Order: sequence, then C-alpha cells, then structure tokens
Amino acid sequence: MPRVHYLNATYGIRSWLLTTDHKRIALLYLAVVTFFFTLGGIFAAMIRIHLLTPEGALVSPETYNKLFTMHGVAMVFFFLIPSIPAILGNFLIPMMIGAKDVAFPKLNLMSWYIYVLGGCFVLYSFFTGGLDTGWTFYTPLSSIYSNSAVTPAVIGIFINGFSSILTGVNFVVTIHTMRAPGMTWFRLPLFVWSHYATSLIFILGTPVIAITLLLCGVERIFHFGFFNPAMGGDPILFQHLFWFYSHPAVYIMILPAMGVISEIIPTFARRPIFGYSFIAASSIGIAVIGFLVWAHHMFVTGQATYSALAFSFLSYLVAIPSAVKVFNWTATLYKGSISYDTPMLYALGFIGLFTIGGLTGLFLACLGLDIHIHDTYFVIAHFHYIMVGGAIMGYLGGLHFWWPKITGRLYPEFLARIAAIVLFLGFNLTFFPQFILGYLGMPRRYHNYPPEFQVLNVLSSAGASILAIGYLLPMIYFVWSMRYGQVAGPNPWPATGLEWRTASPPPTENFEHTPVVDWETYDFVNRPDLGLATKPAPHLAPSHEDD
Amino acid sequence: MHRTGDLFGQYQTLEQQKDSATLGMWLFLVTEVLFFGGMFLTYTINRSTYPIAFAWGSNTLDITLGTVNTAVLILSSLTMAMAVWSAQTDKKRLVTGFLIATLILGCVFLGIKFVEYSQKYEHHLIPGHNFDLSYHTEGPEGAAKLQEAFRQDPGLTAHTQLYVSLYFAMTGLHALHMIVGAGLVFWLILQSMKGRFSRSYNTPVEIIGLYWHFVDIVWIFLYPLLYLIDRHLK
Repeated sequence: MPRVHYLNATYGIRSWLLTTDHKRIALLYLAVVTFFFTLGGIFAAMIRIHLLTPEGALVSPETYNKLFTMHGVAMVFFFLIPSIPAILGNFLIPMMIGAKDVAFPKLNLMSWYIYVLGGCFVLYSFFTGGLDTGWTFYTPLSSIYSNSAVTPAVIGIFINGFSSILTGVNFVVTIHTMRAPGMTWFRLPLFVWSHYATSLIFILGTPVIAITLLLCGVERIFHFGFFNPAMGGDPILFQHLFWFYSHPAVYIMILPAMGVISEIIPTFARRPIFGYSFIAASSIGIAVIGFLVWAHHMFVTGQATYSALAFSFLSYLVAIPSAVKVFNWTATLYKGSISYDTPMLYALGFIGLFTIGGLTGLFLACLGLDIHIHDTYFVIAHFHYIMVGGAIMGYLGGLHFWWPKITGRLYPEFLARIAAIVLFLGFNLTFFPQFILGYLGMPRRYHNYPPEFQVLNVLSSAGASILAIGYLLPMIYFVWSMRYGQVAGPNPWPATGLEWRTASPPPTENFEHTPVVDWETYDFVNRPDLGLATKPAPHLAPSHEDD
Repeated sequence: MHRTGDLFGQYQTLEQQKDSATLGMWLFLVTEVLFFGGMFLTYTINRSTYPIAFAWGSNTLDITLGTVNTAVLILSSLTMAMAVWSAQTDKKRLVTGFLIATLILGCVFLGIKFVEYSQKYEHHLIPGHNFDLSYHTEGPEGAAKLQEAFRQDPGLTAHTQLYVSLYFAMTGLHALHMIVGAGLVFWLILQSMKGRFSRSYNTPVEIIGLYWHFVDIVWIFLYPLLYLIDRHLK
C-alpha cells in the first residue's frame, strides 16, 4: 500500500464533510446510499412477510400501502438513481479519463449535500405519517385525497432532483473538457460512455420530474387545480409529465450498470470488448429512444389508439440497442480465457437476468397483452428483473471489481462468490413466481389475495429471505476487508483501464503525472505493464491462412 | 484542489477552465428550459382546452405594469451584456457600474411584480375560497359580458382559477430565478469592486450573464402568453 493516499491524506470529520475530492465524495454517497438501500430493504422484507398469508399476515391495509410506497421511493429515488453514477461514476470517471478531479469539485460536494437534504425531507415524511400514494404519486390521490405526509416527500424528491441534475452537468463537462492527452472519444472506457448517456438523461429528464412534483406540491398546499378534474385540471397530464422523466429514469438505473458490465466482461475474458463502437452508440441510442416511450405506462388510460401504437412500436425499438449490448458481451466471451472471479459472476448473472427482464418488457410493450397484465405482478417481476437483477447486480459487481482500487484491499474471494450465487438464487426465487402470479391475474399494490395464490407468494417470500442473506454478506465482508483484507496492489485482476495504472488506493491527485494515453482501450496484447503472457492467445494472432 | 492565481487545481490551463465553466452553464440552462417546459406544456394544453376562461384571465392582468416590466428586463439584459463587454475589454470601473445598473433594474422588476401580486390579492383573484370574477365587470355592460362568458363556459370560475394558478406558478418561478440572479449579480459586484475581472479572467461575469439573459428570455415568452394573447376579446 502507498504510504499517503486519498484516504489518509487528511484526517478528521471536517476533512470529509468539506472535501472536494471526487473519491471521498463517492464514499460519502456510498454511506448514505447504503442507508437508504437498507431502509428500502426493510420495507420490502415487511411487504414479503405480510404477503405470506392470503388475508395479510403483518400490517393493516393502510400500512401496507405505506410500505410499498416507501419501499419504492427509497429504492428508486435514493438508491437506484444515485447508486452507480454517484458512487462508482464519481470515483472512477476522472480516473478513467486521466483527470485530477471532476470539472466542478465544489458543485460535486454540493450535489451530495442536496441529496442528503432531500433525503432528510423524505425521512421526515416516512416517520411522521408515512406515504401511501405509490412511488408514482398519481394525482389527484397525491394532490388532494391522501392523508399521508405527501408534501415533505414531494419536496424531498424535488430537492434530490437537483443533485442528479448537477451530477449530470458535472459528468458531461468533465468528459468533454478534462480528458488526458491521447484519451480520444473512442478510447474512452465504455463505463464512461454509459455515464455520458446517463448524464444526458439526468440533464434532460430530471428537471421535468422536478417541475411536475413542484406543481403537485403547490396544488396540495395552495389548492391549485392543475391536475384536479374537479377544477378543470387534467390528472392524465400528470402521468405524461411523470413518465416523461420516470421512464428514462429506468435507463438512468440500467445504463451505468451496463457500463460496469462492459468493464468486467473483457477483464475476466481477457479479450478486447467485441464491437466497442456499437456498445458506445447503443448507450446513446438507449438514452435517446428512452425519451420517446413514456406513454407505454399509460396504455389503459384511454389514450388515442394511434398514439398507443406509436408508443408500442417505439418501446419495441429500445430492444435493439439493448440487444446489441447483450450480443456483444456474449461475443466477447466467445473463445475468451474466462475466469469466474466474483465480479464476473455478477456480470454473467446480469446478462441472464437482464435478458429475461428485457424480453418480458416486450410482452408489456405489446398493446393487447398489456391490457391483461397491466398493473399485475407481471409488471413487478419485469421491472425487478431490470432493477434488482440488472442494476443491483451491476452495482454489486462494480463494487467488487473496484473495491481493491477504492480501499487498497481485496475482499475475501470465496465468501464473495458464495454471496453472488446466493444472491442469484434468492433473486430468482423471489421474482420468478411473481411472473406467474401476475399472469394469473394478481394485481400489484393489494394487501391481500385469493388463497390459490398462496404457494407462489410463499415461494417469493422465501426467496426474499435468501436474497437478504445475499445482501448482508457483502455488507459484512466489505467492512471486514477494509482492515483485514489482503493488500491488492495497483492492478490485481489485471484490467486495462487508466484507473488501474495508479496506486491502490490512489493519491488525492489520482496520478503522480498526467498520463498520456497511446494505446487503444481494452487492448490486452500491447500492454506489457499488465504482466500477462507476451504471446497473444491463438485466436488473436494474425491469421496466416491467406499466405 | 489548490488554486494558483485564477486557475483552479483540477484544470491544466485557463482556457480549459473557461471552456468547462461555459459548457457547464449552457448545460444547466438546458435543464432550466426543460424545468420551465413542464409548465409551458401545462399552460398550452389548458389554454387550448379553456380558451374563454384563459382570455378572461388574461384581461385581469395589468398590461401597463407588465409592459413596463418587460422593458425594464430587456434594459437589464443590455446592461448585463455591457458589463460582460467591459470585463472583456479591461474597463474595470465600468464592469462594476453596469453590474450595479443590472441589479437595480432587476430589483425594479421584482418591485413591480410585487405590486402586481398585491393587486391580485385586492381584486380577489387569488385561487381559493374568495376567488371572484367580478373584477373589471362593473356596470350592466360588464355583467352582460360575464353572463355571456358563463354561457360559453359554465366552468368559467374554476377554469379562470386554473389560469390564475398558472400565472402565479409561472411568474412566481420566474421571480424566484430573478431573486437568485440578483444574488449572483450582487456577488459579482463585490468581486468586481476588488478588481477581480479583467481581459484574462472574466468567466464568472460571462456565465452569470448567460443565466441572466436566460431568465430574461423566459419572461419574453411569459409576457405574450400571459398578458397579450386574446386581449382583444375584451
């Protein structure tokens, strides 16, 4: 380990709370994001316990409404959206492009404080009456009828939005202006490309949810009528504005995870990624098309048939760039020298689960079928395959992959592999039965269900308990490894990115000298510094068949 | 990150620093466009659904004050642009002068806005229990007009409240941006009095100038949408 690095360069609580170092800010985010993840997880556990019996085992119907709402709000706005960008993105983007820091370090710290402030408002709402509108805040329930603490929650999410916006601005500017000499656009790691796409959604989408929730809050406080049909307002307008952000927000959650997977796969297959430019372009493609599909959440609101058709078609279109990624990752694995280290297990799990989640998304984009499975557990299972199976698998995979860089120490490999497998099994047991439940007609957000659905619900709840163990294990051994883990060295895997060419943990300035990049990204062959065998693998050697 | 002169530690050159700040401000303005965009959409949909009520609502506004305010704001954009120009051409005293002029004009705008708001209060045009359409309808002619409007749109009271709600939300959010802008200009004045801005370093003046112009442009859209459209119907 280096003697002085970013973690011990300065001491004391002030040096953390007033830091402008992107790596320390990433760790500040890690702490708060983990808190909200745990909170959301506890709500989820209570939901699954409650659904063990048909009549509901644990709480009153009103409390059940609050549980699934607060689970959604904590997980979506305070865990999934900031998780990978604000933690891994913050930590890695400047290092990956060879910069000393992000373009606006103070703004970066301010984003964290805004996030915490928004979080405080939401916690205030949770613990002074709760929130029962569903995480979607549909009007006029949220603006007029709900008796729960909607106003502070809406204010909290409004404030939190500016954290996303400022992070997005910071990332885009950083990627544009802070690249090291030789780090051209097409030498950027795909992680950076996917964060560029994510930032575009932050910039273009988040302000819309901000104004929408502001109008909702204003309506609640001053009794304005924007979304109130009794006053001539339009509740469907709220849904349009809400989903204009909240559908792209799904891509905010999944794109960074895709970036993580694009880093892990070549590293543990020892092959350059297949179709670099296609993966990079597909990130941008997902971000762009993602803005044009929002009304597929509203097929049953009575919208015009032709507009529904257009939105259905556009939703199918998103499958193309998503599939490009899946095929390219698979092609990268082909004839690679694969090792099954923990990050790779998460990456492989991601590919499978994301594929299931993506394909069931096509079921939902289908106009006829959606009428049948709309607002059922099929939808719940679908988006949990994307968000838990996709985004959280990517997040945990990335956390394991870069943990040695963040702390300078390795996590216990064997335990971590067990945890990855437990997570995968627990996840599938939790959510696969929900596809069947939904297809059979069990609606979402109900506190009870007919007795014939009990077996599948019990299976799902049993899976959730296994899933919980899968989450607890990394929390424990990550903390353990900070003190007792094996010292990692600068590049333990080895991987090709710039971030692996500096010490672990890195110095505050990231690099001793500004790096000059004169190699292509993901090139394992012309990189003697990686310490791999100098002779290229047979399939990478130039072909002599035509001689 | 340590700062060397005007150069912050994360950057290599002053040019890179300036490019970053400018790009950052433009991106932020893009987010602002979408932020206001949600309300403009709400306005557009409601205006096309309830044209009578919205015309009625437009006519409750004080067009003189609105027009004067538009002129004040455009003038402040001019003084802001002059402040940027003065900084770029090393005229340090002029920078401070034009910034002070900008701040004063901004405050005049907010003052007039306050007068307008309080008029709405006096005329019972605040959405809620005491909302009353009878303002501007004195005499038998006015009452007939109101009756005719009610015949065309029986929900006139509710729908005009929708207009007034949008008026308050849109101009309120705009005023909030003006207050933030005034704070930023005040900070610029303090910096400028220390002689911080020159030909080689004037990024803060420039990007806060961008913000100021953006807030003005929002008003340039708000003014016709809220004050002018359908005014002749009266």
